[in-house]
Amino acid sequence: MEYFLQQLINGLTLGSIYGLIAIGYTMVYGIIGMINFAHGDVFMVGSVVSFIVILGLGITGGSGSFMIILALALVVIIAMLIASVYNWTIERVAYRPLRGSFRLAPLISAIGMSIVLQEFVRIAQEGRPKPIQAVITGKHELLHRLTEGGEFIVTISNMQILIIISTLALMAIFTMIIQRTSLGRAQRACEQDQKMASLLGIDVDRTISITFILGAALAAFAGMMFFLYYNVTDFFIGFLAGIKAFTAAVLGGIGSIPGAMLGGMVIGLIEVMWSAYFSVEYKDVAAFTVLVIVLIFMPQGLLGKPEVEKV
Amino acid sequence: MSDILLQGAGVETFYGKIQALRGIDFEVHKGEITTVIGANGAGKSTLMMTICGTPRARAGSIVFDGVEISKMPTHEIVHLGIAQSPEGRRIFPRMTVFENLQMGATVDKLQHFDEDLVKVFKLFPRLEERRAQRAGTLSGGEQQMLAIGRALMARPRLLLLDEPSLGLAPIIVKLIFAAIKKLNEEEGLTVLLVEQNAFHALRLAHRAYVMVNGKITITGTGAELLNRPEVRAAYLEGGH
Ligand SMILES: Nc1ncnc2c1ncn2[C@@H]1O[C@H](COP(=O)(O)OP(=O)(O)O)[C@@H](O)[C@H]1O
Ligand SMILES: [Mg+2]
Repeated sequence: MEYFLQQLINGLTLGSIYGLIAIGYTMVYGIIGMINFAHGDVFMVGSVVSFIVILGLGITGGSGSFMIILALALVVIIAMLIASVYNWTIERVAYRPLRGSFRLAPLISAIGMSIVLQEFVRIAQEGRPKPIQAVITGKHELLHRLTEGGEFIVTISNMQILIIISTLALMAIFTMIIQRTSLGRAQRACEQDQKMASLLGIDVDRTISITFILGAALAAFAGMMFFLYYNVTDFFIGFLAGIKAFTAAVLGGIGSIPGAMLGGMVIGLIEVMWSAYFSVEYKDVAAFTVLVIVLIFMPQGLLGKPEVEKV
Repeated sequence: MSDILLQGAGVETFYGKIQALRGIDFEVHKGEITTVIGANGAGKSTLMMTICGTPRARAGSIVFDGVEISKMPTHEIVHLGIAQSPEGRRIFPRMTVFENLQMGATVDKLQHFDEDLVKVFKLFPRLEERRAQRAGTLSGGEQQMLAIGRALMARPRLLLLDEPSLGLAPIIVKLIFAAIKKLNEEEGLTVLLVEQNAFHALRLAHRAYVMVNGKITITGTGAELLNRPEVRAAYLEGGH
């Protein structure tokens, strides 16, 4: 039981990161019907930028907590800005000119962009993994029990608390934006009927650009959290994390934002639980197996949109 | 007599290599209802969409209130005061009725939203009853009311209506045409109405065009066209 609880905490932490990335996939798919395969690498850029800025500011776990908070606020702003500029540019140069061409063209372009980002960071950063000392340290004991099998301690680290709480907060803010603001409405309108949206005065190109920016900001935030959690990053982390997050988006129902979040949590939990109870080697296989099973029985994904509309 | 609000000259529109409009001249005067009638495939919807810049006219000019709009992007054209209730209604099915109306007020930046909402609900009380319902679950007639209501939320100076009677029960058609007439008479709203239901449209219209195969073939007042034998033969006989 204690062991399970510990894995649950670990799984939710990882799932939060996947979920934040997955939102970017699902939003872009929703609005232009394509998978932005470079999105995982935008997450990577967010994480590498966080590394550079943290190193540049020279903060470590030993800095005062006020300094750390201030520095991390700066880190997150810079990471979000740079990742947004990247994603915005990708859409402008690699996807927009191909809108209306055959379906595989933007897909190829997306894979190309993914490689460009990876290679750019690899060359600029000389390819080595980037470890640092933990910036956010400390943990809390939730449970401490002696049993026949030995001593069980369930802990949650400050970093895990930060990841889970800030993810929930971002999700809430984000849901508000989508459901309640005119920007969110414009976005949903473009998802449903771009031509009609433009007939009502919506600048569709601008709305698409904003979608890429919002997705990138969330991915950059996830990238920073990922880096602070593992204290290491490199140019290649976007590949697997991106595929997992994409899987999460499909699992949750591509196009659905709550679905992306739920899918992220499910993938994170499966990965951690499988590693804990079965074998670490097969954790990715397990995650993808669940995806396949869900899609066989629920082709729309867990929270996919029902297509039964009377029009 | 009255001022011209919208004027097209030599308008040509293509879908790829297919030419849908073959040099159209037309005028819409302020405060009037202008109608374009014609058989299926004549190019009426293309004309409505070309006015809004989607697709763009390949040749000719379209001037709205003194501004050449044929080269402008769609969202800028509609910001000048043109709102369309398009063919097939195109309401946003996964949004509520209320949200669809909010979308309609985009051009107005929601500045007069509450006031305009009251007006639309007065015109179509059915929409008020269904304000929280997902628009995709409305009946065809209700969707049409929503499409018109949404267009009105923009406070347009020109309202484009593409086949508002299509597929609706006669009683609903009557209701919708009564609403159009009321808007025109009481609010002085300028309307460009495209219809296959020629009888209703011509009775309402101050000015009318017959369109055949991408060209305007007959022009006159609504009453004149109603009495032209070739119009009667082609669009009215056997009808209503
Ligand atoms: N999106 C499109 N792509 C290609 N051809 C089209 C398209 N829309 C309409 N057309 C063609 O243009 C012509 C005019 O169509 P349309 O404007 O819809 O006529 P109407 O509204 O009078 O029925 C028709 O021949 C139609 O097949
Ligand atoms: Mg038509």
